[in-house]
Formats: sequence, C-alpha cells, structure tokens
Amino acid sequence: MKSDARKKTITADTVRYVAGLSRLSFDDKETDMFRAQLASILDYIDKLNEVDTEGVEPTTHALPSLRNVFRDDIPGSSLSNEEALRNAPSVKDGFFKVPRIIKDA
Amino acid sequence: MTDIFRTIDSSTLFLEKEKKTREEAALFIARRISGMDDVIRAFPLLDEEGVASRAADKVQALGKTPLSMAPVGVKNNICIKGALTTCASRVLEGFRPPYDAHVIEKLKLSGAILVDGANMDEFAFGSSCETSCYGPTRNPWDTERIPGGSSGGAVAAVASGEVAAALGSDTGGSIRQPAAMCGVVGFKPTYGRVSRYGLIAFASSLDQIGPVTRNVTDCARMLEVIAGYDERDSTSVDRKVPRFSESLSGGVKGMKIGIPKEYFTEGIDPGVKERVEEAIEVYRGLGADTVDISLPHTRYAVSCYYIIAPAEASSNLARYDGVHYGHRSKDASDLIRMYTASRNEGFGQEAKRRILLGTYSLSSGYYEAYYLKALKVRTRIADDFREAFKACDCVLTPTSPTTAFRIGERADDPLKMYLSDVFTIPANMAGLPAVSIPCGTGENDMPVGLQLMAGPFEEEVILRAAYAFESNTGHHKRVPVMLREGAQGV
Repeated sequence: MKSDARKKTITADTVRYVAGLSRLSFDDKETDMFRAQLASILDYIDKLNEVDTEGVEPTTHALPSLRNVFRDDIPGSSLSNEEALRNAPSVKDGFFKVPRIIKDA
Repeated sequence: MTDIFRTIDSSTLFLEKEKKTREEAALFIARRISGMDDVIRAFPLLDEEGVASRAADKVQALGKTPLSMAPVGVKNNICIKGALTTCASRVLEGFRPPYDAHVIEKLKLSGAILVDGANMDEFAFGSSCETSCYGPTRNPWDTERIPGGSSGGAVAAVASGEVAAALGSDTGGSIRQPAAMCGVVGFKPTYGRVSRYGLIAFASSLDQIGPVTRNVTDCARMLEVIAGYDERDSTSVDRKVPRFSESLSGGVKGMKIGIPKEYFTEGIDPGVKERVEEAIEVYRGLGADTVDISLPHTRYAVSCYYIIAPAEASSNLARYDGVHYGHRSKDASDLIRMYTASRNEGFGQEAKRRILLGTYSLSSGYYEAYYLKALKVRTRIADDFREAFKACDCVLTPTSPTTAFRIGERADDPLKMYLSDVFTIPANMAGLPAVSIPCGTGENDMPVGLQLMAGPFEEEVILRAAYAFESNTGHHKRVPVMLREGAQGV
C-alpha cells in the first residue's frame, strides 16, 4: 500500500535532512522523538488520499475572485536606518553585523 | 470582585467618571490587572508604565470616540510600536516593533486603552496556550484547566474581567476555540475583512484578526472599528464595512439555519452535544427554520490544515535567523552555525515540529503528494460550504468537541491536541466568517461554545443570529466564580 511506502520514508535520516533544510539540528534523542511524532501525524494525514481530487483546482486563496493587486511605483516614507537597526542583536556602522562568511585564504 | 469592565460601555462610564486623564485610566487598568493576574497569567509581560505612557499619546485623544478609554487586550503577535512583541517565543526575545499594526492604528483612533502582550501559544502553534515560552495561561473558570488557544491570554483576560475586550488571531480556531472554553464571544471575520498588516505571520492564507468580548454588541462594535481596507495588506478586500452594531436586532424569524450532521459525531462530549441541541431548539422557538445539511469533507479538514498551515509557517518562520531581530546564539563562529544555533535555542518544541512538518511536505518528492493534494482537498471543503449556502443562511455547530481539558493532559500527544480544532478549521479553509458564543456549561461545569458560520462577507447574518440567541437566553451573563457577587478583590 501507498501509505506503508510513505511510513518507511520517515527515518532518522529524513528528520536530519529536513532539519538541515530548516536550519535546525537535533541530538539523537530529539531526532527519534520527532521521527515518531512525524510518522504518526503523517499517518493520520494520509486520510487525504481517500478524497478524489481528479480535475479539482488547488485553492491557494480562500476567496478566488480576487484580482491581482498593483500599485504605482511611487517612493513613500520608510523606516530610518536607526529604527531599522534598533532590534538587531549586533550592528556596526549602520549595518547588521553577522559572523564572518568568507574564510581567510 | 466588582465587574466594572463587563462591557465597553460600563468601562467607559466608570473610567471617564473616575479618571481625569487617559494616562491615569491606563495606570488604573494596568494596576488592577496586576492585582488579578497572578494565577490566570493572561499578561505575563505586563508593563504598567508602558501601558500608561502609550495611552497618554496625544493623537489618540481627540473628541468623542467609540471605545473611549475601554481597556482592550492585545495578543502578543500583533505589533504595537515600542511594546514587547514576541509571539511568546524566545526567538523574538526583546523585539519592539517600530510600527503599529493596522488594527492598532484603528483602535488608537477609537480611544481604546491598549494592554499589550496577551499570552498565546508560541507563534499561535497550539490549542491550549501551553506552548508559550512564558508558561501557560489558566482558565478563569477552573485554574487547573487550559483556557484554550492559541489566543488563550486574550480570551482569559476578557473572561476574568481584566479587560472589556481583546484582539486575537484565528488561523484554525485560535479565537473561537478559547472563547468557547472560557464562555465569551469570539469572532473570526471573513478572510480579507480585517487587514493583517502588523500581524506577525503564521499561515498567511488562513490568518485573520478578530475580537473577543463578553457580548455580541461589543463584538460588533469592535469589528466595526478594526474592519476595512488597507493597501498595506494585499489580501485586504476593498469593500464597504457595514454598521455591524446597528443591524443586530432583526431577529431570526424565517432565517434558514443549516445543521451539518458531520459535526455531531461520536468524538463529541455528551454535555457539548446537549447544549448545542438545546440551542437549536431555542432557534426553532424564535422562528428560524433548521435545515439538515451535509459538509462531507469535514473529516479531512484537520489533515488538510496540518499540511497547509505548517507549510506556510515553515516559510514564514524562515526569517528568524538571528540577524535582524530577536535571539542570536552566542555560538556564532560562522554564519550557518549562527543561524542554526539561534533557531535551535529560540524555537520551542511545537514550533520545531511544525517547521519540520511544513518543510517536509514542501520538499522535493513530497510536494505533490502532500501540499498540492491538501490544496485540492481545501477546494473540496470550500465547495461543501458553497453548496450548503444554497440551502441555508448560516451554519450552526459546536465550536469545540470538548470543554476545556486539564493543563498537561494533551501536551505530549500532538495529534490529539490538533484534533481539538476539528470544528473550527473548516471556516479558515473556506475563508468564512464564524463566531463562537456561550451556550451554557457542559462537562465539569465548564463553558460550551456554539459556532455560527456564514458565507463570505455575511458577518451581519451570524451577528444577528448570535444576538438573537444571546438576548433570549442570557448564557453570556454567567461568569466565573472570581467575578461573582461577594468574591474578594479590587
């Protein structure tokens, strides 16, 4: 069955892979906990396969009659440099400061 | 405890008479909360001076205003300039927004006094208010029980009489489910009716801000203030806002009320079922016609939601990287390690679970099987309602299958927790307006909520039906013991 095939795909490696994509990392205990929980949640979610969706359009917006929203490209007011940086954990010379990205040659 | 803030009008009357300035009124409100909130913990970050100084802002105090001096609690995911706004997550520690949300601008113009920082599940991920990094809020009816979630703080604050009204946000029931569990009125407007500008995003295609109040009239008045077009939210709908509070009294004679059989299933508490069946009888007695309808895809709503909402959340939460705001790990030897460590330390377990689930369902190889499939099932759920509204004006259901459960009872079983939103999720899927109103008490003498849903932008229909029920039953007047005559307090 299709659902069994899926269940097998939730391995510790899957959790580690998805955690990496999400910029999270777990120790073995957490990995195992999330693996078990995701497997049980996805098992429940598998119910969706009972629904015939042949020819059904996906809903990305609850009220599909809406049209696209455009506006004229007119500059307005924005946050000052000081306001924009006020919440930053680390700043230098009016910029956000982050750890070194490029290693020394 | 004198219940001085039981309505917007009773609050205004008291504060305008007793307090000379807005600042004085705000300080009174904040100090009163501080004396009441030790156990409930609706406002774990309460900053009395901050509440007072923001209320003193001169631009807010011009002329006679609709919510003059009324104390309004604000969920901690709605930006108030300068107020600590963290979504109850360590990842946003210390964040003070540089701007006001659209709804906050509107509330300030209406004369309300804002009490910021109402507790919530972290990033609104939860149905019990237990995932907050500040610890749980407690239900004013029984402090061993959860207030519901995710807007648990906002709702408990209203139910305990700390504030007259509050703003929450509702992605899958986060206003209505706690309102049901705490015996107050909670309203989720049509998607697009209220601007989400300044609401910290969870699932952008589902999120909507709405009011929590003690009665339907105040609900309509709050809605009147916060609704309306705002170009800064591209999903905001440019449509005239009715005078909701002026169209409440039309009654329900001849109104067709749909009763979907799928909402009266086996998983529902007997006490909840009885109260809702009694409510149906009340409506019949008032001259409404009840119509049996079917919403056959209801049973897929939770599955559908737990693909779509975490997928959107995992994308929205990618911005928390320790660079622009919030928590940055000390373990920051290089950039990638800094991102990962900051997120690991900042997010709680439920947030991590949802990020994983969302990233998984969007990842290569699973996108079609999960995410695209869920979007198609979402269409079927919305189609159910379109079909139903051919035969009825509104739909009546229980808000939640159970009354409030004990703190800790479902904390270790995410799936069981997710199932407590089974009756509220469909309205978010279809973008519909929905309200929960008190309809008595059920299991453990805890409040039961009655849910009414209508077609898009048909808020007036459910407000009219809710008002008719409220004025003919008076369930909303029943309050927790702490507010009853003779109880100790301020």
